[in-house]
Amino acid sequence: MQSVYSLLCVKKHDGRILMSSPIRVLLAKVGLDGHDRGVKVVARTLRDAGMDVIYTGLHRTPDEVVNAAIQEDVDVLGISLLSGAHMTICPKIMALLEEKDASDTIVVVGGVVPDEDVNALKEMGVKELLLQDTPPNKIVETLQRLVDERGPR
Amino acid sequence: MPIPSGELVARLKKGDLRAASRLMSRAEAHDEATLASMGEIYKSAGRAHIVGLTGVPGSGKSTLVSKLVETIRNDGRRVGVIAIDPSSPFSGGSILGDRIRMTNLVMDEGVYIRSMATRGSTGGLARSALTAVDILDVAGFDIVIIETVGVGQDEVEIAQASHSTIVVSAPGLGDDVQAIKAGILEIADIHVVSKCDRPDSNRTITDLKTMLAMGINIAIKDQEGRPLWQVPVVGTSSERGEGIDTLIQTIDRHRDVHRSTQLGVERMRRIAEYRTFKTAEDLLRSRFFDSTNNRLNATVDRIAKRELDPFTASTELLSKVAF
Repeated sequence: MQSVYSLLCVKKHDGRILMSSPIRVLLAKVGLDGHDRGVKVVARTLRDAGMDVIYTGLHRTPDEVVNAAIQEDVDVLGISLLSGAHMTICPKIMALLEEKDASDTIVVVGGVVPDEDVNALKEMGVKELLLQDTPPNKIVETLQRLVDERGPR
Repeated sequence: MPIPSGELVARLKKGDLRAASRLMSRAEAHDEATLASMGEIYKSAGRAHIVGLTGVPGSGKSTLVSKLVETIRNDGRRVGVIAIDPSSPFSGGSILGDRIRMTNLVMDEGVYIRSMATRGSTGGLARSALTAVDILDVAGFDIVIIETVGVGQDEVEIAQASHSTIVVSAPGLGDDVQAIKAGILEIADIHVVSKCDRPDSNRTITDLKTMLAMGINIAIKDQEGRPLWQVPVVGTSSERGEGIDTLIQTIDRHRDVHRSTQLGVERMRRIAEYRTFKTAEDLLRSRFFDSTNNRLNATVDRIAKRELDPFTASTELLSKVAF
């Protein structure tokens, strides 16, 4: 165990040591899907990787999730879906992000999505799909890579 | 390309909440490059009433905040909430879960909720909580509620950060001796006993009232020698929605006393002092890490082996800090 402060200190490109900003992630459960064991495991994994994780709780609407993502200014919005409603819910969320000038939010989807929908979701702007059997470290690496690719904002 | 902070501040002053949320992230990052913008925000702020809400973990703070905000909204006032949860001492990460209790507020445009992690701050607040309060103040929120992490007995920083401090106690967590201990219970402007639908809540209310009556009165007094403010104990039940109206009236009454008497003048000075110390401490800390980082690990190793003592080492390290 060390001081949180020293954990958060990172060397910047120009050699200065500064306080880092942990990656902020909003994990959302949308619609009638009532299973959140998985999303809680993901929350814990991301926390242990040094990220700030905000969890919405169950049964949220797309509007609620997008509003929360904006107020919390998250880097990543993770939508957990096990209900099969992804082709209804994801387009709504992407449209709302666009409408509210928040399309710089990185959207990833986790849970159960049939292979044939994966491309459609990506075309909608979902950056990555982290489906069943994704190992925890892969989730962490993916989010870190996506935030790196986006660059500072 | 990132939007310049100056431009975000201009948008914030027009009430743009997207700018508000981005500025809060920049405040949390503690980059010295943004300090001028944060300074400008500080100078434009000062209109909102800041309510601090603290209490032990599980005492019902988030649920109470949710009820409070819902009820305050009935008279049209806009409310911002800064909800703080702890950062992990192992990874630096956090799970910010206060929002879950406030889901009924998300679709109200007059409410803004921001979750923050403590990031190494140990007094119950997040490192940039007060800058976030300034930002909401400038964005036009009438009341800003800061909900601290669940505290123990000694995290009293909130009293130096808010205009009205509420300490929430839940029934069944301690006896009358707990009630006369120093620390958290002393800082309340308003005591709340939550979960008053429980039968043992009257006991907790009595313990707190007895504690308050016992104290030597160190309150600031008016010309006739009467205390400007007597700390009340309000019982609430978030489940039944009881006591919430009384609590809001009490907060408003405290705000009026705060704004019109010496009480507020002294409080504002204390808050200003706290912020000066904290800001200086943060700057010093980051510059300390910046200028000593290469040698810090080796020094710590030697101190652990007792080859070197922390006093000599710290003096030496501090002399190398670039001011």
